[in-house]
Amino acid sequence: MSNVQLTRRDFLKTLAVGAGALSMGSLLEACAAPAPSAPLKIGVLLPYSQVYAALGQSITQGMQMYFDSVNNIAGGRALTLIKEDEANDPQGSLTKTRKLIEQDKVDLFTGVVATPVVYALRDLLDSSKMISLISNAGGNDLTRKRKSPYIFRTSFTSWQVASPLGPWVYQNVAKSVMIVAADYGFGHESADAFKETFTKAGGTIVGELYPPFPSTDFGAFLPKIAAAKPPAIYSFFSGSDAANFIKQFADYGLNKDIKITGSGFLVEQDVLPAQGAAANGAYSTLHWALTLDNPENKKFVDDYKAKFNATADVFALQGFDTARVIVDALNAVKGDTSNKDNLLQAIRAVKFNSPRGPFVFDQTTQNVNQFIYYRQVRDTGGGALANVVLGKTDQPVVDPGV
Amino acid sequence: MSTDTLSFIAIQFLNGLAYSLLLFLLAAGLSLIFGMMDVVNLAHGSFFLIGTYVGLTIVRVTGNFWIALVVTPLLIGALGLVVERYLIRSLYNRSPLDQVLLTFGLAFILMDLAKWIWGANVLALPAPAALDGSVALFGGQFPKYRLFVIAAGFVLAVVLYYLNDRTSFGAVIRAGVADREMVSGLGINIALVFSIVFAVGIGLAALSGVVAGPIYSAFPGLDFQVLITTLIVVVVGGMGTYKGSLFGSLLIGEVQTFGQAFFPDLALFLIFGIMAAVLLIKPAGLFGREAVA
Repeated sequence: MSNVQLTRRDFLKTLAVGAGALSMGSLLEACAAPAPSAPLKIGVLLPYSQVYAALGQSITQGMQMYFDSVNNIAGGRALTLIKEDEANDPQGSLTKTRKLIEQDKVDLFTGVVATPVVYALRDLLDSSKMISLISNAGGNDLTRKRKSPYIFRTSFTSWQVASPLGPWVYQNVAKSVMIVAADYGFGHESADAFKETFTKAGGTIVGELYPPFPSTDFGAFLPKIAAAKPPAIYSFFSGSDAANFIKQFADYGLNKDIKITGSGFLVEQDVLPAQGAAANGAYSTLHWALTLDNPENKKFVDDYKAKFNATADVFALQGFDTARVIVDALNAVKGDTSNKDNLLQAIRAVKFNSPRGPFVFDQTTQNVNQFIYYRQVRDTGGGALANVVLGKTDQPVVDPGV
Repeated sequence: MSTDTLSFIAIQFLNGLAYSLLLFLLAAGLSLIFGMMDVVNLAHGSFFLIGTYVGLTIVRVTGNFWIALVVTPLLIGALGLVVERYLIRSLYNRSPLDQVLLTFGLAFILMDLAKWIWGANVLALPAPAALDGSVALFGGQFPKYRLFVIAAGFVLAVVLYYLNDRTSFGAVIRAGVADREMVSGLGINIALVFSIVFAVGIGLAALSGVVAGPIYSAFPGLDFQVLITTLIVVVVGGMGTYKGSLFGSLLIGEVQTFGQAFFPDLALFLIFGIMAAVLLIKPAGLFGREAVA
């Protein structure tokens, strides 16, 4: 059957050589561990297509800007990004993340824009002890029922952004509102958080509409808002949905009598140019604003403009801060990612002055604690619209975690 | 029924009509290309989106929406000629699967190309100033631009009907859909007819893209959203027939609009439900010709 005759002696010899090589290998590995110099691989899952493509691009550019500012080195190790397209697809994202973890063997994981995607990934990230920094998806449960010691969030929770708006709208805008929000987890969570604090302040909800997500045409819903004649709406949409909703709202003449309020993504810088005058006057809450007056933000906005010839938005900011968390934590552990407990401890301890104000992780939920700003879209001169800051919460907003 | 309810229904009907006529422009092209050439053009939504982007660029340069409306379909139609000549033509004698793979690949290439040129952000195509804002109608407000879409859609539907039913080129096309080999046997240059059909189909998609621009804006991902709805229309209406495209569009457009207005949770189900029902009862579509075995 075979022309290779293996004698007992040959077999033993081979075995010995093999064993020697193996022990040599582990010896080399043991030597290598304390002086990590191999490139550090960061798995990035962000949408580069579909409804949230622009958000993915902004987050990537924000990250790139911070990594470039430290020459793509942290803790003495070169940083390599391995990117995958989230494509607004939970099932596909799960496969791609498994590939990042098992095949590419990434050291850290970051990204995720859509809440359904982050929920689909949560168990995989948790069970494979993949240290993860979520840079957008804001579903509350990732900080509550489904939190994990391996998952941090540098962005926001839907509750953090929406709940401060309720009492503020009651005091400053209208006593009754209609809710119009995208029909998926984040839309409902945002609407619920607003409803809770708005009704507690004494406000009345006159109706609720939940158009499917994503939608390009809101024509079927706008006549319903017209018929209800509320003095104001509370709304959550993001990306192209937000652009089209606000524009069509004005096309139907609704912006003349009905004030727009919403979670800040509705009228954020990424969609504001497309919305144009239709967004003028809209009130919103968010953890950042282009016009926020502090030295970090001024530098961030100017540098972003210089590097990408584009106006920064909140997503770019989140990418920028996420990259900073990664770099600060890796510097603290001197690039050693083999001891996960040390690395987790180092991330928890990261603290800095972000363009959004003080950045600090909540030690229980591992979600960022931050101020929320009250903003209004105004003409800042020459027809350029921007969100102007009207005020901020008294304290940094902390998600209750339950 | 109260006047409020009647007014609400009338406004929704107009909404559905505007949506239907946009769908019709897309479906007419897709259906024509399939009926004539047996090519399922999965890049149809991409040509729609590229149409919006090119229209946007023309508006930015010239400041005139009407120039964009006329020039864009011609430009994209010319692009269609090139695509047909150098990509599609070599696959006529191959299996339909190869053509599907080719046009699907083309859709991805066009999507990346568009992102590279125009970026990933949502871009608005401004409506001409005369059509901005809304008018009082049926006791409610209705956007002027959507009224224009309805009017333009009907004009185009009539023009297409005339071309299809009253001209000799239309006769060639109808004959070609019925029996392609017979037509080429009659000494008609079928390769030329295919080129023209493909260019016209793509041009209609681009025209639809410009017309839809002020309502839907342009952003990556819109191409596939549009493609899926158009495929449903063509399946329901029947491949390759003018009537099928028109009535399929009206049916799907109105059902989706009224579905969203009255049963938002069921709207998507209604559309796919109709498609499933048609496939079960009349597999060739409402106006399609049953295949002769």
